[in-house]
Amino acid sequence: MSELSELYQEVILDHNKSPRNFHRLADANRRAEGYNPLCGDQITVYVKVEDDVIKEISFEGSGCAISKASASMMTDSLKGRTTAEAEALFDRVHKMLKGELNPGDDSHDLGKLAVLSGVCHFPARVKCASLSWHTLRTALKREKEVASTE
Amino acid sequence: MKPAQGVIAPQGLRTGRTVLDVARIREDFPILKQQVHGKPLVYFDNAATSQKPQVVIDTLNRYYATENANIHRGIHFLSELATAEYEETRNKVKRFLNASESREIVFVRGTTEGINLVAQSYGRRFFKEGDEVVISAMEHHSNIVPWQMLCEQVGARLRVIPMNHDGELLLDEYERLLGARTKLVSVAHVSNALGTINPIGRIIESAHRRNIPVLVDGAQAAPHMKVDVQELDCDFYAFSGHKLFGPTGIGVLYGKARHLEAMPPYQGGGDMISLVTFEKTHYNIIPYKFEAGTPHIAGVIGLGAAIDYVSGIGLDAVAAYEGEVLAYATAQLSTIQGLRIIGRAKEKASVLSFVLEGVHPHDIGTVLDREGVAIRAGHHCAMPVMQRFGVPATARASFAFYNTVEEVDVLVRAVRKVLKVFG
Repeated sequence: MSELSELYQEVILDHNKSPRNFHRLADANRRAEGYNPLCGDQITVYVKVEDDVIKEISFEGSGCAISKASASMMTDSLKGRTTAEAEALFDRVHKMLKGELNPGDDSHDLGKLAVLSGVCHFPARVKCASLSWHTLRTALKREKEVASTE
Repeated sequence: MKPAQGVIAPQGLRTGRTVLDVARIREDFPILKQQVHGKPLVYFDNAATSQKPQVVIDTLNRYYATENANIHRGIHFLSELATAEYEETRNKVKRFLNASESREIVFVRGTTEGINLVAQSYGRRFFKEGDEVVISAMEHHSNIVPWQMLCEQVGARLRVIPMNHDGELLLDEYERLLGARTKLVSVAHVSNALGTINPIGRIIESAHRRNIPVLVDGAQAAPHMKVDVQELDCDFYAFSGHKLFGPTGIGVLYGKARHLEAMPPYQGGGDMISLVTFEKTHYNIIPYKFEAGTPHIAGVIGLGAAIDYVSGIGLDAVAAYEGEVLAYATAQLSTIQGLRIIGRAKEKASVLSFVLEGVHPHDIGTVLDREGVAIRAGHHCAMPVMQRFGVPATARASFAFYNTVEEVDVLVRAVRKVLKVFG
């Protein structure tokens, strides 16, 4: 498989075309906006957290296939997880995107997110794939209103 | 423009029998022989920065290997040599822009610094609360933000000339914006995001009728067409060396002598003074008043080599050739279903911005890159332009005289491949 088709796998193209949890969340109690000044990708992540557990999560915005698919898969994989688990998963996802771990290793618990591992061959696209995660982290920490990949 | 089916390039462009001997010109640019991702490099990101001919690379090398010294101060052989070359480049720039005097040529880091210099020096001296500066809706951030900073400092106001959906400025609206409070007009000669060539002559004429000075951002014009600052009668003209086949970190601000003389220095330091005591400092004459500190000597000398090179080819020939390549590329890309060209002004130069239905420009950029085609994907430092056209970003191919229609064909095939991937 060429690096290009590894990047744009069917699963990713599918999430890009029909993103999951792609809507506003009326009863969210955490919310943050993310922005990638490099390419103009914009995203809002909504989270409903109860007792440190992510009950609901959704997103809105516009962006490239990689950022959209990554956000879609992120929301899919975090429902029901604790905020600490989400943090830990972000660390692993980030390492995977930078090519620092082997996604095939089950112990990483990356699940479907492993299809994003092709991003590591495209350094310019790592920020696209991590934007939603940075935004989620901001939402959970309520650090500031706007997350940035910079 | 109607989509042209099966456009064939003019025979001359195909066979290389054009106003330019492009095959020979390409030999001058070592980087163009490269392969990327196993494919011949097709460099269509010239609006971001241009490639350098061997003669510019050699000049930088020669300067550092055999001439390096500080200028305007040493009483030794090398310093005199470096000073002479540095000042000779000022004369070259003067001829290049057809300025009336070489003291009207100030070396800066680039267009951005040139505009900041005028905003901070001219602007802070002459702007008062309530005054207005007029820019256009298609400016690069570097011709927006310096004025916003000035406005904040002095309580002035930014006014914006709107444009139509083809990316042409609305001159009637412009006329209405000019008034007693207008202190300066600052507009792009050529838009970096849309390729529009603005009617600078008319814009300057209207402003001058009301005694309003005009700054022209020439970053995207100087590499592609002949610029004559006396004919334009502009008050300031800024351009960047690296877009003109010269080194990065060097650029030019042209200013009419009477303006430059009336303006306070931009930065303080060495070379911009004539006498310093702790009580008072006397500033140097123009242009040195604006060149504080040891300048980018190698960059200036390298820019001189670039100007010689481009002048040798001839900017009229460059403009004619690039016009043909742009027309061919426009026609070819227009045959692709779902492709929309952003910026359809009647007068355009060198820039072709487009979007593809359902595919983000960033994804276009990645697929094209793997085909060896370098384009820019993003907002091109012109976010208000993107907003105006309702797109988050565009893909932008931008041409130089070393590009060919065969390369345009590669681009078109690569865009078709994008559609296949995202089908």
